[in-house]
Amino acid sequence: MKRIAAWLKKQNKYLLVGLIMTGLAVALGLLSLVWTPYSPTAMSSAERFHAPSFRHLFGTDNFGRDIFSRVMQGIGTTVTVSTAIVIISAGAGILVGAVTGYFGGILDEAIMRITDAVNSFPSILLALVVISIMGSGKQNVILSLGIVFAPSYVRIVRSEFIRLRDADYIMRARLMGVSKWRILFVHILPNIFSVFWVSVTIGFNNAILAESGMSYLGVGVQPPDASLGKMLSDAQGYLGRAPWYALAPGLTIVWIVLGFSLLSEGIRRGAISGKREVE
Amino acid sequence: MKKRNFVVSLMALLLIAALGACAGGKSSEDKSSAGDQPTYGGSVVVGVQQDIDSLDPHKAKAAGTKEILFNIFEGLLKTDVNGKLTCAVAKDYSVSEDGLTYTFTLRDGVKFHNGNLVTAEDVKYSLERASGLLDGTALVSSLATLESVTVIDEHTVQVKTGSANLELIYSFTTAIIPKGSGEAEGSDPIGTGPFSYVSYKPQEGLVLKKNADYWQEGLPYLDEVKFKIINSADTALMELKGHSIDLYSYLTDSQAEELKNDYQILAAPSDVVQALFFNNAAAPFDNILVRQAVCYALDKDRANDFVTGGNSRIISSAMLPTLKDYYVDLNDTYGTGANIEKAKELLTQAGYADGLEFTIDVPSNYEAHVQTAEVVAEQLKDAGINAKINLIEWNSWLSDVYADRKYQATVCGITSDMTPSYLLVRFQTDSSKNFINFASKEYDETYQKASASLKMDEKTELYKQAQKILVDDAASAFIQVPPITIAMNKDLGGYQFYPIYVQDMSTVYFKK
Amino acid sequence: MKYLVKKLATLILTLFLVSVLAFLAFQIIPGDVVTSILGTEATPEQAQQLREELGLNKPPLVRYISWAGNVLKGNFGNSYRYSKNMNQMMPVSELIGDKLPVTLSLAFLSMIFIAVIAIPLGVFWARSKNRVLDVILNVGTQTAMAVPSFFLGVLVTYFFGILLRWFSPGRYVSYEKDFWGFVGYLIFPAISVAIPKIAMTARFLRNSMLTEMHADYVRTAYSKGATERQVAYGHVLRNAMMPVVTFLGMIIAEIVAGSIVVEQVFGLPGIGKLLISSISTRDFPVVEILILYITFVVIVVYFLVDVLYRVIDPRISTK
Repeated sequence: MKRIAAWLKKQNKYLLVGLIMTGLAVALGLLSLVWTPYSPTAMSSAERFHAPSFRHLFGTDNFGRDIFSRVMQGIGTTVTVSTAIVIISAGAGILVGAVTGYFGGILDEAIMRITDAVNSFPSILLALVVISIMGSGKQNVILSLGIVFAPSYVRIVRSEFIRLRDADYIMRARLMGVSKWRILFVHILPNIFSVFWVSVTIGFNNAILAESGMSYLGVGVQPPDASLGKMLSDAQGYLGRAPWYALAPGLTIVWIVLGFSLLSEGIRRGAISGKREVE
Repeated sequence: MKKRNFVVSLMALLLIAALGACAGGKSSEDKSSAGDQPTYGGSVVVGVQQDIDSLDPHKAKAAGTKEILFNIFEGLLKTDVNGKLTCAVAKDYSVSEDGLTYTFTLRDGVKFHNGNLVTAEDVKYSLERASGLLDGTALVSSLATLESVTVIDEHTVQVKTGSANLELIYSFTTAIIPKGSGEAEGSDPIGTGPFSYVSYKPQEGLVLKKNADYWQEGLPYLDEVKFKIINSADTALMELKGHSIDLYSYLTDSQAEELKNDYQILAAPSDVVQALFFNNAAAPFDNILVRQAVCYALDKDRANDFVTGGNSRIISSAMLPTLKDYYVDLNDTYGTGANIEKAKELLTQAGYADGLEFTIDVPSNYEAHVQTAEVVAEQLKDAGINAKINLIEWNSWLSDVYADRKYQATVCGITSDMTPSYLLVRFQTDSSKNFINFASKEYDETYQKASASLKMDEKTELYKQAQKILVDDAASAFIQVPPITIAMNKDLGGYQFYPIYVQDMSTVYFKK
Repeated sequence: MKYLVKKLATLILTLFLVSVLAFLAFQIIPGDVVTSILGTEATPEQAQQLREELGLNKPPLVRYISWAGNVLKGNFGNSYRYSKNMNQMMPVSELIGDKLPVTLSLAFLSMIFIAVIAIPLGVFWARSKNRVLDVILNVGTQTAMAVPSFFLGVLVTYFFGILLRWFSPGRYVSYEKDFWGFVGYLIFPAISVAIPKIAMTARFLRNSMLTEMHADYVRTAYSKGATERQVAYGHVLRNAMMPVVTFLGMIIAEIVAGSIVVEQVFGLPGIGKLLISSISTRDFPVVEILILYITFVVIVVYFLVDVLYRVIDPRISTK
């Protein structure tokens, strides 16, 4: 016990709180895959707009569905969708950023212009386009937001690669005849991870906010799949009568985003203090 | 007018307007509760859902625009609160025995908003413009059969049509505008209605002021009416709570519930037929057994209960119960609740013993349709039917579902007007509006016979048969006619519901 | 000079790419303005006629070139949906000009909130030695930044509009009619926009000040016997403010581009709301110009920020 307490004391509080908050959310989301207190879609006309109670922790909505179960499922959707978005956009970011940053030249210039254009393009219109080509649903939200977020990773990775491509150890590797691709992915890539991780946690937050924003505007995940953003927009009409209906998904989004923010703050501080120790 | 006697009987047959309705110029004001003494003056803000597509009454297409223009424009005839035709710019009319000649006598002293008296020339111009006699394009398609409009004398206009049709008379509600105004109507609309145009701002709204010279004595009460465009139902609710609008229609059941302490809540049947429409040409709904199975499995009572608080009229075919003469109750065919056993039996026969899967496309801006789809999808699970919902933007719906017919099923509503043919015409095999791809020779024949018939009882019977064919073939699963629910400022009175989509502000007043 | 020319070329290139993207997007998404205008009442003939009237029957490339040619001549075209009167559709420039003051006022008002609250807060925070306060401010600002703008809008409406009744949601008055009433209504949307940005700016200013405090000149100032107060306001703040000013510039760009959601929640008839409704009615000329405009603002602000940086810190250009 004492040991644990001592260990806890040593740990970075931001990291800890962040881990607990995100951990709880992710656990609830995962749990929803196998179990929820009630069926998230089961309707009951007798139980419409019940205020939060022990029976229904977060109350019930206009169809008498259990909001807690729906929030659980919504977290599951949000977390999986955001993870996929981050993987796609960060993956694309690494690939494109590494190549353009390292090689530079006309290709770099062209790709930077395209990322600029995508960056300044209203994401809703982009989402509409992707969704109308592919049909709506989870996969397409992931794809369209993956595209929207890729440029920000490209920028970060690119600038890191530009910084490192002229570093001494890379020069040496080049002189020794190491192949370009090996330099790119074996020599440089591992060295940018500290910067990269921070942008991934921030990217996670952006993905969560964007996914719920899109669902809020009605172009995101489709019912009966529960989505926190969609729930919030459905609930807005009942704000006076059933404020819990809007507060539950809204506060859940805040909870998850805050958790990830604290986590990234923790990682950042940890990285700094870690460096100091080495120094 | 020697044919007068026959005309009277023909009109009686039509069961629409006894000519007597034309005689009195005054509206039948009904003050529902005692002590609601009307006062004159005041300004009212009415929230509306859609922006205006045109201020030109002949060019306006959207129902949301016509609902507003009803206050600015009038035709020779006008629809009253019971859905019957009364006289407006005309004071009397007659139809020849063969149904090909219509003669209208104009009311004396009706003035346009610009102060000029309405003349027979104005009427001729308006009808020619709307029917396409002027430049070849019929702006009002139902008037396209007109062959000539003749001024007999300064109070009389005669209209000739190429083919007799009992329902043509409804088209004379087409707006009368000043001669030669044409395109100018779009920017400075001039009509004869109870209110005149003041200003319009895209996305914000329209301002109207009282027409002091209105021919109906004592109307309107209000000095000013502002129509404010509010795109989303949520924003509308916020505005109602903030008391920044006085009147708003098309509330959902829950919204009405939330507002009932602060507003008068009034309800009446709407003109919308809501249904789970099947694409009859695409799998799995190209199989009649599947269509019937879903009809049996559908729990209409449940949809009614959840979405409209039990205030809808359950229906089974494409006809409004408010069109009493033509409506036939066919709810017994599939029942109004869920008949799971029968549904499963039919699905097994159709080869879907392991369960049926399909996608319902729903226009995302129509909350009532979205909610209905959610209830239906959940409730169909009991019959082993897995319906996925796909929310799409209204414009994508219009293009993909309605125009291109690329869908399996959709929940939406089709609106009606006062003519029975309006809802039924679209289900003919070749109709451009037949977005469900319904194909039945029997139906086509029945419908065509009905619409050509000049005998009222025969016509009615045929229309009823047509409805029955739609149900027996399970063309689609018709669900309900939802109510129109409005919230109105507690200080206001005199609001009247129409069986069609209009907001008549002329009878609305502030209570003493 | 060479730098300026290069930046200008990039700006034009990006605008071109964005316009092509938007045009392609409109080719791909289902439905066009004709289905939107005619709705379910359309007959194929009517639709064809309207398409011809609007010139939509021409091949896409021809349409894009003629559109781009007009834009280059300064003619932004007319809206498909909104008529000024029947003879003339609403010119896009007029339509946007009409809505722009709303969005810009919102951005301006939010900026005032941000500047007035975030700067003192940031300074106070940087100077505070209280650990508890530090944690509270840290967590508080993190939380404020975690609230999505649409939820914040809902919360503000709920608390100030419905519970406290400090304002009537939706009772928007046009700036032409009642300027102060207009400003009064904008206060609450502006608060919703400002809260997360206040948190961001305060954090940014604090970090910037803390970095400056470790700079050599600060040690020099201390060694010369300056009080902490003098150092903080005389030296550190002035230097720390420079990056903050540029940061605020980016926030302006973000507010203009991000006005879509807040305008939707509060029913403000600004350019964000116009963009959404024009997309859904497929009013292509309006959407194109709006997207170009938003892109333009974002790029120009970033460009100015970049220039400002170079002016402040000449080291950047020599790097």
